Formats: sequence, C-alpha cells, structure tokens
Amino acid sequence: MLTVLLIFLPLLASATVLLVKQPLSKFLAFVVALAELVISIIMAFGFDKTQTAAQFSVHWQWISSLGVNFSVGIDGISMLLVLLTTVLMPGIILSSLNNTTKPPSFYALMLLMQSALIGVFTAMDGFLFYIFWEVALIPVYFICLVWGGENRGRITLKFFIYTLTGSLFMLVALIFLYFHTAGKHSFDIQSLYLAGRGLGESQQVFVFCAFFLAFAIKMPVFPFHTWQPDTYTVAPLQGTMLLSAIMLKMGIYGVIRWLIPVVPVAVNKWGEVAMILAVIGIVYASCIAIVQKDFKRLIAYSSIAHVGLIAAGLFTLNRIGMQGAMIQMLSHGIVVFGMFYIVEIIFERTKTRDLSQLGGIRNVAPLLSSVFIVIMLGSVALPLTSGFIGEFLLINSLVQYQVWIGAVAGLTIILGAVYMLRTFQKVMSGESNPVTALVPDLNYHERLVLYPVVILVLVIGVYPGPLLNISEAAVNNLLSIYSDLSASVK
Amino acid sequence: MNALFVICGIGVFSLLAEVFNWKKWVTLISFIGICVAIGVLLLDWRSVSYYYHGMLFFDRFAMAFTGLILVISVFWYWMSVDFFKGVAHRTDKSALVFFVIAGAIMMVSFNNMAVLFLGIEILSISLYVLAGSDKENLFSTEASFKYFLMGSFATGFLLFGITLVYGATGSFNIVSIADVISSSKDLPRFVYIGVLLIMVGLAFKISAVPFHLWAPDVYQGAPTPITALMSTVVKIGAFAAFVKIFSVSFIRFSFSLLLFEQGLMVLTLVIANVTAVFQSNLKRMLAYSSVAQVGYLLLAFSSDNAHSSGTIFYYLTAYALASILAFTVVQIIENAKGSANISHFQGLLKGSPLMAIAMTIAMLSLAGIPPLAGFFGKYLVFTLSVSKGFVGLTAVAVITSLIGVYYYFKPIVVMCQSEGQPISISNSQKALLIILIFLNLLIGIFPDLIRIV
Repeated sequence: MLTVLLIFLPLLASATVLLVKQPLSKFLAFVVALAELVISIIMAFGFDKTQTAAQFSVHWQWISSLGVNFSVGIDGISMLLVLLTTVLMPGIILSSLNNTTKPPSFYALMLLMQSALIGVFTAMDGFLFYIFWEVALIPVYFICLVWGGENRGRITLKFFIYTLTGSLFMLVALIFLYFHTAGKHSFDIQSLYLAGRGLGESQQVFVFCAFFLAFAIKMPVFPFHTWQPDTYTVAPLQGTMLLSAIMLKMGIYGVIRWLIPVVPVAVNKWGEVAMILAVIGIVYASCIAIVQKDFKRLIAYSSIAHVGLIAAGLFTLNRIGMQGAMIQMLSHGIVVFGMFYIVEIIFERTKTRDLSQLGGIRNVAPLLSSVFIVIMLGSVALPLTSGFIGEFLLINSLVQYQVWIGAVAGLTIILGAVYMLRTFQKVMSGESNPVTALVPDLNYHERLVLYPVVILVLVIGVYPGPLLNISEAAVNNLLSIYSDLSASVK
Repeated sequence: MNALFVICGIGVFSLLAEVFNWKKWVTLISFIGICVAIGVLLLDWRSVSYYYHGMLFFDRFAMAFTGLILVISVFWYWMSVDFFKGVAHRTDKSALVFFVIAGAIMMVSFNNMAVLFLGIEILSISLYVLAGSDKENLFSTEASFKYFLMGSFATGFLLFGITLVYGATGSFNIVSIADVISSSKDLPRFVYIGVLLIMVGLAFKISAVPFHLWAPDVYQGAPTPITALMSTVVKIGAFAAFVKIFSVSFIRFSFSLLLFEQGLMVLTLVIANVTAVFQSNLKRMLAYSSVAQVGYLLLAFSSDNAHSSGTIFYYLTAYALASILAFTVVQIIENAKGSANISHFQGLLKGSPLMAIAMTIAMLSLAGIPPLAGFFGKYLVFTLSVSKGFVGLTAVAVITSLIGVYYYFKPIVVMCQSEGQPISISNSQKALLIILIFLNLLIGIFPDLIRIV
C-alpha cells in the first residue's frame, strides 16, 4: 500500500495545490514532497535486501478485458530510483521557493511529475509503465513551455515530438509483445518477459530496436541527443533539474527493466553496438563541452557524457557494471541538480551565463565557490566523492569487457576534468570584473538546498555500501535471468 | 426506436412553434427532449428488434451509436445555446438541427438501403440549409452552396450504387443482400461497380481523401456550431453507416475491398495530416483534423471488417468528446475576437486559464496523448491492426499521428505565450467545459466504461 500512497499522494496534492492561493500552495507542495521523502525512507528501512522479488506490491484489476492491471511493486533497482526522486523533489521545489512569481499551477505540475516518475519506477505492468512514461512527459513539457526562456515554443515542441517518436515505437513493440504472451494476453511484466524469450531472433531485434529508440532518446545516447542541449538551456531551472536529474534516469531504468530481460538474445547480439554508440557519445559530448561558452549548455553536454558512460556500463551486462550504473545514476542525479542550481544562482546575480564574462567570484563569494568545488569534484569523479564509486565501477566493467572500449570510455575522466576545471577557472578564480564584483554570497535559502547536496556527495563517496546493498540482490537476479534466457534460446 | 420518435417529435414541435408562437419554449423543450430521448433509449436497451417490416433494426450496435449521438447532441445543444438566441428563424434552425439528429439515428439503425438513403438525405438537406444559416456572411453562403453541390453529387453516386446492387440482388434489405451475395455463384459484374459507387458515396459523407475537398471550406465557412455538429454528430452517423453496410451486406467482398479501404486510409492519413500542418485558422485546422481522424477509423475498420465496431465506437466517442470541447472554446474565442485565427489564442493561459486548459485537454486528446480518451482510442486501433498483421500500415499511422502532434500543439504553444486579456464566459459555459474535461479524462482512464458494443 505504501507504493500506492507514494504514487497517489502527489497526484491528489497536485489537485489541491491548484485550489489554494499562493504562498500557501508552494508550501503545501513542499510539505507533500517532504512527506514523500519520509514515506520512502520508511520503505527503505523496511526493505528486505535479500529478496529478489518486488516488495510492497499491489495488484488491482484495471482494464480486465485487455489484460491490463494496476500492478506496482518495488525491488532493489526501483528502490534506489524512488529514493533519488523523493530526495531530489523537495530540493527542486525548495529551489523555487524564494521566487514568488510562480503560480500554483507550477507546483501542481511538479507534483504531477513526481507522481508519474514514481509510477514509472514502480510499474510492474507494461501498459501501466507506458502510461506513466507518457504522463511524465506532459508536466515537464508545460513547465518548460510556460516558464522557459527564449524560443521555447519551437524548442520544447521539438523535445516533445522527439521523445514521443521513441515512445510510440515502444508502444508498438509492447503491443507486439502483448500478442505473443501465452494464454489470455496480458501486460504483466513476467508474461512479457516470457513472451520476449519466446520470440525468434529477428523479432527480438525488432523489439530491441523499438525499445532502445525510446530509451536512447530519453537518456539521451548519441546520436539521439540533439533535442537535449537546447531544451536544458531553454527550460526554467526546475524544468532542467527534473529533466536531467530524474527524467533521464527513466531511460536507463527502462533499459534495465524492460530491455535486457525482455529480449536477451538481441541484447547479446546488438548490445555492443549500443555500447559503442554510448562510448562515442562520451567523447563527442565531452569535446563539445570543452568549447562551450554558455555555462548551462556546458553542463548539459557534460550530462550527455556521464549518461553515455552509464549506458555503456549497462550493456557490459556484468555485475560490476550494473552496480556501477545504479550508484552512478544516484550520484549523477545529485551532482547535476547541484550544478544547475549553481549555474542559476550565478545567472540570477550576474544576468549572464557567458563564461568569458564571468570570473573572480571566489573573491566575493567564498561559500558559493567552495560548494561549487565539492560538487564539481563529484562530477569529475575524484576519489571520496560520489562520482568516483560509480565511474570506477563502470570503467572497471568496460575494461573487463573489452580493454579498448574501456580505455576510450576512461577518457571521460580526463576530458571531464578538463572542462570542469576550466570552467572553475573561468567562473570562480581570477580577478573580479565589474559584472562579478558585487555578487553576494549564498543566502540562507540557497544554503538550505546546497548543503544537503554537498553532504550527500561526500557521504555516498565515502560510504556507498548501504546503497549498493539495496540493489545487489535485484541486479544479481536480473543478470541471472538474462544469462538463463540468452542461454536457453541458443 | 422510441428515441427516434421523440427526436422527430421535437423537430415537428419546433416547426409548429412558429405558427402557435411558442418560440420562447423551443430551447427548453429541445433540451428536455434530448434528455427524454436518452432516457427512452435506456429503457429500450434490452429490446433488440426490427421495426416496420425490417426497415429499421435496433440492435446493440444501433442503440450504442444512437446513445452516442444523443449524448453528443446534449453537449452540442449546450454549447450552441447562443446560436438559437437570435430572433430570426429560431424555430427553423431548431427544427433543422433535430432533423439532422433524426437522420443520423436512421443512418445507424437502418436495415434497408432505402432507409439509409432517406436518413442521409434528411441529414444532408438540413445541413445544406444550416451551413448557410448565417445569411449575411459570404463564406457561409459559399459553404452552403459548395456543400450542396458536392453533397448532391455524392448522393447521386450512392443512389446509383444502390440501384446497381438492387439490380444484381433484387433486394434493398441489407441482410438479404448479404445472403444473395454469399449464396449465388455468378454475380453480374456490375454488382462490383455498385459496391464501389456506394463506397465512394459514403466516402464523401465521411470525408475520406480524395473525397474530402469540400470539408475544409465548408467547415470554415459554416457557423461554428454547425461545424461542430458536422464534425461530431454527422461524422458518427456517417461512419456508423459505412461500417454497417460494409460489415453486413458486403462482408463477402471484404477481401477484395481491402485494397480500396487501405488506399483511402493511407491517403487520408498522409494528406490530411500533412495539409493540417499549414493551416493558420483553427476551424480549418480542425476540419483537416476531422478528416485525418477518419484515417484511423478506416485503419481499424479495414483491419477487421466484422469485429471492429467496438473499437470504432470507442474511437468515435473519444473523438467527438474532444471535438465538442475544442469547438466550444473556438466558438467563444470567435465570438470575442471575430475569427478563429490561431494568433487570437495568444495569451489565453494567462487571460482565461479554464479555456486554455480545456483547449489543451482537447488537443492532447485528439493528438492521442495518455491518459486521455484519444490515446486509448488510438491504442485500440493500433492493437487491432497489429493483431491482424498490418504492422507496416500501423507504422504509417504512428508516423502520421506524430505529424498530428505537431499541429495539435500549435494552439497550445500559442496559448502559453505572452499576456492576454481575460475573456468573460458564462457560468453555463464554464460548467460545460468542466464536465467535458472530466469526461475526456474519465473514459481515458477507465475505458471499460464504454466498451459495450
């Protein structure tokens, strides 16, 4: 029942938020997000780490004539992503609280988004998953469209159509799988797994392509990333945070839950291509990030690079890679959230994101600068920060898989250091100029958002054990399903 | 059946109201009358039977579609109260509208080619007049004339087709026609021509490409309430007639007709969707959209002639609810600003959020975004066609629905930008918008509620 509460509490709250006036509505939204956090922490403590099956599961009939059920549940993989969502949502809402221009509808959309995201991460029914997947797109589209920057109409529409294209192909593949389920057709996740296993190789490849397209666009993996930098740049801060910190994890989660176990033979055969695309993306995006002039765009490209590494690690299909991907998803979510917030803080004060106009902020705002350093080190994967654990495991798995792929992917650490340190130099150090001379330091409100981020980056970096434990059983189970299935078909 | 009596009765009442000076009662009586018709229909729900020596046949199919037509009529009447406010021709307009509804009901319940023809004519002739009811507007007159010319041409095709089929089978009864066709070994060649002519005639009525050319001009020129009537009630009636005749009488030809149906479908999907992208007037865009939606219906029907009526019923319900919602907003905007140009929607979100939300819901539903009804309609269509192995055609439909997203989102993008002046709307309109939004969500989230056919 807790899972249902987790999904429907924000949904109900989003309707309520619409009915009350500001400033009550934004505090209500924040309180609901905090309540979600509390519920998810209770669940995390009650979570049985040794079990592989979904826990806290609920199974209700929904559209019985079509074999569609409302069935949700949480296993280790879901648990981590639900935690990521519930931890970041209060932060995202808090980051907008001292800005009073946002009407209640903004917060209603945020809560709707949270509901859909948790739905995606917990759905154990193909149709339900698809519905949540699409519903998650609508609030973020409107957040970007209504509160975005210049040219938002065109850019957000491109984003919407781009992602919808992928989703519709996924829908066709889901329908295709549905008709291959045994007995009375059903969208239940286990029957879809079985249906996928029963397919011949060419059919599996078809399903693989359709699913991979949807997930690759969402992440985004090279060459499906062209919507991403524009959208991240034009979106309002909270929209960017939602997109980069949580929503792109939907794509990665999709690969883990709905691609690898469904069509193991095709993954075995074509996973390498996906991996190579991801690795190309790492180098490509890093190189572009190095030459960016716009601070926010730079972070957007760095996000492509980091996600590329996660995707590449996933397709190695070994335990280290999977676990690395899990921990790196959390780390990336937290780090990128902090990064975008810092970009916004600097933009609010200096009215520019142009790197060449910034500089010397460290002299006037030491606190801001220190926080930036910690988050940046998390991003470049320095040991003892959260980024290190994930990237180490991921690169380790890639090297085990194939030395040269691992070596190229390892460039991410070097290139990441290049663009991040260069950014630090340009923004923080050096002499203050007229634009940056009067930048005030972090205020109380901003510290409230950024300190937890810093703490999380360090704590996860030093002591990732508990988090890795949560997902371990589920990951092992997944890999055993994968190897069973891919072996049984051969 | 009794519902049909009630509807015809109100039509006659409206005509008499002019003579006996009951004008002020017309609107109230009409509204109550439709509700009574729905009640009567519910009472008749279990009695499946023939009427008038097998001329009419009220089975589940006919009753479901009659119910849909009546429910949509209620909303239509609600949205177009203003249309009947003027002093001139109030009773005539009301009578004509009820004859349109009566014609549509006959088109879903006929069991005889003659009744089909009668229904189409009652519906069409009333519509020709209604399309031109805004007499001082040149475009309205043009629409009326164009619709009349094209429509009578189509009727000619239909009638000729019916004649040829009669010549070959010796019957007007659609079931006997099916019997003769399936039992006799050597049918005369001209029966095929007859069937094709019937298809062409009906394709005009449902406005499938390439027989759609009248639709954009007529939709744009006619008064907005009449446009709404054409794209909902009339479309439901016409498509149900199409389904009925080809799934009952000519089911044996379904394999030979497949190519024609699929040809119509692909042309409809591609041409209508692509043309809609370039429209700057929302009424015209909705005209192309209503043509395009026929493509999805044809995809469902051509995939499985015999068992697609449930899917088609759901799709038409979803489509009609979303269309009525969109036209309600378009009408309010048009009254306030003079035309339905997309640029007039600028800033609607800030000015009148309820209307903007209503329009957004309507567009999202028409575009097929979950969890709205339009998505589930498309989902059912795609499921049906994939299950019959038409994966390639489904891919075409998927791609055209992506094009659809592009133009359906144009008004949304415009509405969300810049500031706007509030537009005042009455409480009854507010209530209508809220009910329609709610219904669009409800049948999208719980589709089992209306999957009854």
